[in-house]
Amino acid sequence: MILTLALVIPWLGALALALLPGWTQSQARWVAVGSAGLSLLALVFAWTGFNPAGPLFQHIDEVRWVPSLGVAYRVGADGIALAVATMSAVLFVAAILYPVDTRGQPRQYYAWLVFLQGASLGVFLTLDLLLFYVFFDLTLVGMFFLIGRWGHGEAQTAALKFFLYTFAGSLLMLLGIIGLYLSLETPTFDMRVLIAEQPLAGTGAYAGLVFLALMLGLAIKTPLVPLHTWLPQAHVDAPGPASAVLAGVLLKLGTFGMIRLPFAMMAETFARYALPVAIIALVAILYGALVALGQSNLKRRIAYTSINHMGYTVLGIAVAAALVTDNPMVRQLALTGATVEMVAHGLITGALFLISGSFWQRTGDYALDNYGGLAYQAPLLTGFTVLASFASLGMPGLAGFVAEFQIFTGTFAVYPWLAVLGVVGILITAALFLDMLRRLFFGHLPTHLGQFSELSRTEWSVLGGLSLGIVIIGVYPRFLLTLIDASSAILVGGR
Amino acid sequence: MPVGDLLPEIVLLVGAVAIVLLAAFTPHERQHWGAWLALFVLAVSFGLTWSQWSSLPRTTFSGVWAMDGPAIAAKGLILVGGAIAVLLSPAWMLTDRRHGEYYALVLFALLGAIMMASANDAMELIVGVLLSSVASYPLVAYHRGWSPGLEAAMKYFLIGALTNTLLATGVVILFGLAGDTDYAHLDERLATQGGDQFALSIATMGIVIGLSFKLAAFPGHAWMPDVAQGAPAPVAALLSVVPKVGAAVALARFVSILPESVAWAPIVALIAVVTMTLGNLAALRQTDVRRLLGWSSVSQSGYALMAVVVIGTAQAMTALLGFMLAYLLANLAAFGVVTHLRGRTCLADYHGLARTQPLIATVLILALLSLVGIPPLVGFFGKFLLFEATMAAGYAWLAVVAVINTVLSLFYYLRVIAAMAFQPGQAEIPTLGRSSALAMLISAILLLVTSLGVQGGMAMSPMLHLVTP
Repeated sequence: MILTLALVIPWLGALALALLPGWTQSQARWVAVGSAGLSLLALVFAWTGFNPAGPLFQHIDEVRWVPSLGVAYRVGADGIALAVATMSAVLFVAAILYPVDTRGQPRQYYAWLVFLQGASLGVFLTLDLLLFYVFFDLTLVGMFFLIGRWGHGEAQTAALKFFLYTFAGSLLMLLGIIGLYLSLETPTFDMRVLIAEQPLAGTGAYAGLVFLALMLGLAIKTPLVPLHTWLPQAHVDAPGPASAVLAGVLLKLGTFGMIRLPFAMMAETFARYALPVAIIALVAILYGALVALGQSNLKRRIAYTSINHMGYTVLGIAVAAALVTDNPMVRQLALTGATVEMVAHGLITGALFLISGSFWQRTGDYALDNYGGLAYQAPLLTGFTVLASFASLGMPGLAGFVAEFQIFTGTFAVYPWLAVLGVVGILITAALFLDMLRRLFFGHLPTHLGQFSELSRTEWSVLGGLSLGIVIIGVYPRFLLTLIDASSAILVGGR
Repeated sequence: MPVGDLLPEIVLLVGAVAIVLLAAFTPHERQHWGAWLALFVLAVSFGLTWSQWSSLPRTTFSGVWAMDGPAIAAKGLILVGGAIAVLLSPAWMLTDRRHGEYYALVLFALLGAIMMASANDAMELIVGVLLSSVASYPLVAYHRGWSPGLEAAMKYFLIGALTNTLLATGVVILFGLAGDTDYAHLDERLATQGGDQFALSIATMGIVIGLSFKLAAFPGHAWMPDVAQGAPAPVAALLSVVPKVGAAVALARFVSILPESVAWAPIVALIAVVTMTLGNLAALRQTDVRRLLGWSSVSQSGYALMAVVVIGTAQAMTALLGFMLAYLLANLAAFGVVTHLRGRTCLADYHGLARTQPLIATVLILALLSLVGIPPLVGFFGKFLLFEATMAAGYAWLAVVAVINTVLSLFYYLRVIAAMAFQPGQAEIPTLGRSSALAMLISAILLLVTSLGVQGGMAMSPMLHLVTP
């Protein structure tokens, strides 16, 4: 019941905002914050009620919908889903609170944001494969309107490209899903059945095709090089909070989908192709980092680091899927690391994109060359940016380090030379973030930035909340790891 | 003679005649009574069709008239589509000096479509196709003084005349080969006696091309965009959905009596691919919304043909009718919006509609997203069933082509949505009348209700198999 609440409350909020006219800007915002916050509360409640020693999926709700197709409303969560969903809800609350120019349509703006929250949580929490696809596609619709309506620059082109590109991915995934579905004796979309039966084990080429369709679809969403080209433009032209949600939540749908579908439902096939996937992930890590280093646009630079970080996640998943070692502990470590990376990246990059939104609100400019010397002018902004950047480059004591440490330890045991090459990616990331900080905050203050204002109270309290999360996970990751380990142990077969 | 089996059709016929008489004796300001009479007739006919549903699949009138699940379901769809189109019309036709007969023609067109869906005999099929065509030509040209309408009607008529001739030729050759036109007998004879393969192929080609005209599928598709643009908007709504339902079932019925040796499945698959790709490519750059909807309607026929390719399998008929239902509701809602906006057709005229007329814009956005197949709208289930049926039958490549086409189609549907939602617009947008608003809303509500009530439709699927073979 509790998970259903987490899903339904944002949609009720969206419905109220969409149908009832006459909300003012601040009323609309508080309705949105209220529904997003209640949904977060429900997830926290579900987290505290989660039994790490219990079965894989807990808090299960099931309602008949289309029994003749084997479709039903099924929700439930394992530790991985719960961790990512809670992070997403936190990020949504932050994004909704963050001040933005709603261009005279606050009702619609906040309605789309909370609608998007409901859809994203649906992807993480559903246990029905068809419903998974339904929610997956609905997130596209929400993001399309947010970018197209409230974006800047070439917003409409960016929105169109985003929708077309990622919709192509989700349709490929749909073919894969149907392939999985048809391979069952009595077709059903119940994920628990699919995970238990592993229907495609030992079917050779057919399994390979289904795997390819699923992975291609999810790789577009993640995005993995070379399927990433939709991402930079969508990010640059989206409003700050929408960018934060896009990077923090929507990209996770791809990697979460990889854990949920190919990893859990076709373990044998994934094991066979684990090495190629890991190599592609390595390419994404290095390519993302190098291209980010070359960007002189603040938002593009952060966008490309997302490609780099999602590469770490995919590397962790691929390592966890590989059956090279007999030691399930190593694989569990990699899977847990991949999940922590999702949570950490959501909070860190979410914060960075919100910060870039603040820059845009003040100057309407993302070019790094036009900034400098802001450390005195805006110490709080500097502080939060430095913290998020250091977390993103993997500084020990912050969230990113916990994730990357586990992923690389796992990788080292399975594919040592991939780990060695991958660490180069961290080095480049460090360089690009330090360079970014230097160009934004140090050196001469250009004359046109004389009026640059410090963060407002709402802005710094939202960023403070996210930073707190980054530090807590970095210093005391136990509470998160217990939750995730409960599920990753079962998934790699260690328990 | 079991006349009772034909009650829904007889009601339509009598209603049409009554409307013609009524129109002859009523003054202009009361001509719209024809619309209400037509709606009443459609409701009665729908009720009678409903009562036929429970009966077992069978044929009547010595086997020429099928009363199986697909026929009755198609009949229901045709009547619902017809009713919405009729409800769209009175406000649109108000200024026409004589529009009473219009409703009689609509009923005849519906009757023809119903005959196509129910025909279990090639001669009966010809009668259905001709009735539906003959009643449709004047509907397209109903605005006698408007040259684009006349041009569309002329095109429609010429293509129709050619393809109907091919259909008749095909049926004649078939009769010559097997000595019968009854599908049950044809099925038997074509299966047992080898016969002249070449002649059988020619006959098949003629009949398939003949039906492609009614389906607006390649190669008989060329009239669709012109009719969508030039015909009165309610007529465009009617002709883009109703004949297709009848023709789709008719084609499914016809190909399932053909022997394996004709290789009809690859041919239909090819037609499906060409139709969907052509329709989508042509729609891609359209700046005229009605023309865009016309081409999109062509591409949707291509998807529907995917189910015909695999019609022998269990889920195919469910997929075909489910997809048709989804398409019918979404397309009627879209044309309902066009009609309600007084037929405005230039994409630039839709700018900013989401702000000035949020309700109308929402209906159009829902309709277009359903046509793409965005879940959980019913269009998604239609496409999902199609993909599932084709993949289960080993036509995965066809599903892949359809997926590529779906992405392609998203582009132009999104262009319309973007124009409405993202562009600044003008202040005043005139709308038609209350009846057209009602029709538009009814189709939108039906679209949403069927999206939620998918299970109800799926429960009917065991009954959806053809009576022959």
